[in-house]
Amino acid sequence: MTTLIPDPRPTAATATALSTVPSTDPPDLLDALESEALHIIREVVGELERPVMLFSGGKDSVVMLHLAEKALWPAPVPFPVLHVDTGHNFPEVLAFRDAAVEHYGVQLHVASVQDYLDDGRLRERADGTRNPLQTMPLLDAIEEHRFDAVFGGGRRDEDKARAKERIVSLRNSFGHWDPKNQRPELWHLYNTRRRPGEHVRVFPLSNWTELDVWRYIAREDIALPSLYYAHERAVVERDGMLLSPGDWVQLRDDEEPSVRTVRYRTVGDMSCTGAVASTARDVEAVIAEVAATTVTERGATRADDRLSEAAMEDRKKEGYF
Amino acid sequence: MSTTTSTIAPTTTPTLLRLATAGSVDDGKSTLIGRLLHDTKSVLADQLAAVEDASRRRGWTGELAELALLTDGLRAEREQGITIDVAYRYFATAERSYVLADTPGHVQYTRNTVTGASTADVVVVLVDARNGVVEQTRRHLAVASLLRVPHVVVALNKIDLVEDPLQVHEQVTSQLAEVADALSLPVPPVVPLSALRGDNVVHAAGSTPWYTGPTLLALLESLPAARDLRNDAFRMPVQLVIRPQHGARDAAHIDYRGYAGLITSGAIEVGDRVVVAGSGRATTVAGIDLDRSSVQRAEAGLSVTVRLSEDVDLSRGDLLAAGDVPAPSRSFSAVLCWLSESPLRPGARVLIKHGTSTVQAKVGAVRDRLDISTLEHAPAEQAELNDLVRVDLDLAQALPLESYSVSREGGAFIVIDPQDATTLAAGMVDVPVRS
Repeated sequence: MTTLIPDPRPTAATATALSTVPSTDPPDLLDALESEALHIIREVVGELERPVMLFSGGKDSVVMLHLAEKALWPAPVPFPVLHVDTGHNFPEVLAFRDAAVEHYGVQLHVASVQDYLDDGRLRERADGTRNPLQTMPLLDAIEEHRFDAVFGGGRRDEDKARAKERIVSLRNSFGHWDPKNQRPELWHLYNTRRRPGEHVRVFPLSNWTELDVWRYIAREDIALPSLYYAHERAVVERDGMLLSPGDWVQLRDDEEPSVRTVRYRTVGDMSCTGAVASTARDVEAVIAEVAATTVTERGATRADDRLSEAAMEDRKKEGYF
Repeated sequence: MSTTTSTIAPTTTPTLLRLATAGSVDDGKSTLIGRLLHDTKSVLADQLAAVEDASRRRGWTGELAELALLTDGLRAEREQGITIDVAYRYFATAERSYVLADTPGHVQYTRNTVTGASTADVVVVLVDARNGVVEQTRRHLAVASLLRVPHVVVALNKIDLVEDPLQVHEQVTSQLAEVADALSLPVPPVVPLSALRGDNVVHAAGSTPWYTGPTLLALLESLPAARDLRNDAFRMPVQLVIRPQHGARDAAHIDYRGYAGLITSGAIEVGDRVVVAGSGRATTVAGIDLDRSSVQRAEAGLSVTVRLSEDVDLSRGDLLAAGDVPAPSRSFSAVLCWLSESPLRPGARVLIKHGTSTVQAKVGAVRDRLDISTLEHAPAEQAELNDLVRVDLDLAQALPLESYSVSREGGAFIVIDPQDATTLAAGMVDVPVRS
């Protein structure tokens, strides 16, 4: 592979296919979802002054940045991206992040959880999970850079609290979400206005499912970090999850790692993101696997979301992604 | 724990259908949604395990988990056993992917149903077979009529709990025909079903041998995706002017100038004459770009960037149109659905967002109020939360308004409080006055 990211453009063949769509067929699912996302991104760029896009190198954020480039082409993406780095990221995901930022020509801001731990503003949790610790650096970065709109890759199918989320969702001056008092969202008329100190979170992928994201990755030929595809890896099974032993996952006395063929469905914090047994080595195989899955993406791979029935709701209220 | 497999064929891309459900208290709406998700295999094992666990803790003794719990999103909803806010659910078959707006039946009724109906292709109205057509049913149909939702489908739930289901089905069907007629709606199909038992939701039921129609899901699968907007006149509110200048990453695009937007109705082809509504200036489509590739033709529902052959004064907030181009209006009458806790004060200065433009407006006198069950007009002088009222509005700048009865996209607007930025009302243009 000569470049990390191949040209993600549709080929001339797909463009021709689009122009010759028989007039009896409405736009298909992916066309409809893509057009909705482009419309959302363009509304925010048209109405707000200082947007930022959350970007971790994970598949949803990669798709979102791809959509941002499409929305504004041939002009460059006119806003920076922000990564809230837990300090426990997979090295290949960080390398991918940097290559992607280079490819799209966007400015990268990093808010580092490690910095907060080092100077005592945050303390490590007993369970070692750092995902809930991301909220403070995120809110500080928003305040420091005076961002008025924060694009996030959250999808409503991920979690029951996210199912209640608006596409353009207000956060008060503390960054808090009030799920019981949200603005009604009518037609495709988004209200992006806010009072000083408030900001909006914007979710262009709200109506996408995990399967839609993968189908779109296939259609657009979007490159992802390699750990989304099946590979051999030494793992240890803990609480029903396959964890990769290393600096952030210490082996317990009774644990013996074994090499298995696995892939990651999400690529978050290494301490709490599990792999799944999989032989899906390419995007088509992943689509087939996702279509036949019996467990949700977060249920399979995120220890932090198992904390309680309302773990995500509680984190979101405080200002989490 | 039951295991599930998906019914999705991964090689084909289905179409998207947006549903909204409307139900009254205790008519089994959450159970019906849970049943749709469960029987289309859209509930995965860990979600089901969580619900089974919660069902047991709440003392549910039924055979299946309490399906209604699948749809409760927030802690307060689970604690109080009610639905507070619109939630969105996703399920899919080989044919279609569904986005379902689950709108609560009793808290903030109008606000939530209007929100759900505003983007829906189909409203599924629940009727409890034991109660038949009630006041709430009339309201659901009236909201669907007012918002011009393309399709209405009635789910006649709890059919297993009535003595003479055939007679109930006939009676409800004929009552609904009358209500629909009064509201100028097509007569909705009525599917007798039991959400709890799963009869006629996804799987046909042996318990209703007299019913020869489709199951609820089969009916949804067969509906046309949406009102086909592609044969209407071309409309595209301009969102952005794309002009990279020296920021262009490719030197070939330094002089590029394109107008980005979502085609809300109709279609355009390269070479078509289009008009900037407002100024009335005509120009020609030189190119249609979807990302780096150019296409000859694009249709309603697609986000594109249009290049024009002559320079015209055109920016965000303008409407690019063809056919019967709407003339700019400075004053108009409209129906407002008032969504705010603070009442509407005649004379209030507000902001209106229509298409991609936001302008200052002044609300005139309240003319009358619409009865939410009949849509008949009654005298009124003010509007409070959840009221539907007809008002006159004056605009600081003319807008190319269309009557909502002609165009859902060209006649919809929201009213925003300029002080605290909240969304005050959903608006539908009644009669634009040409200025």
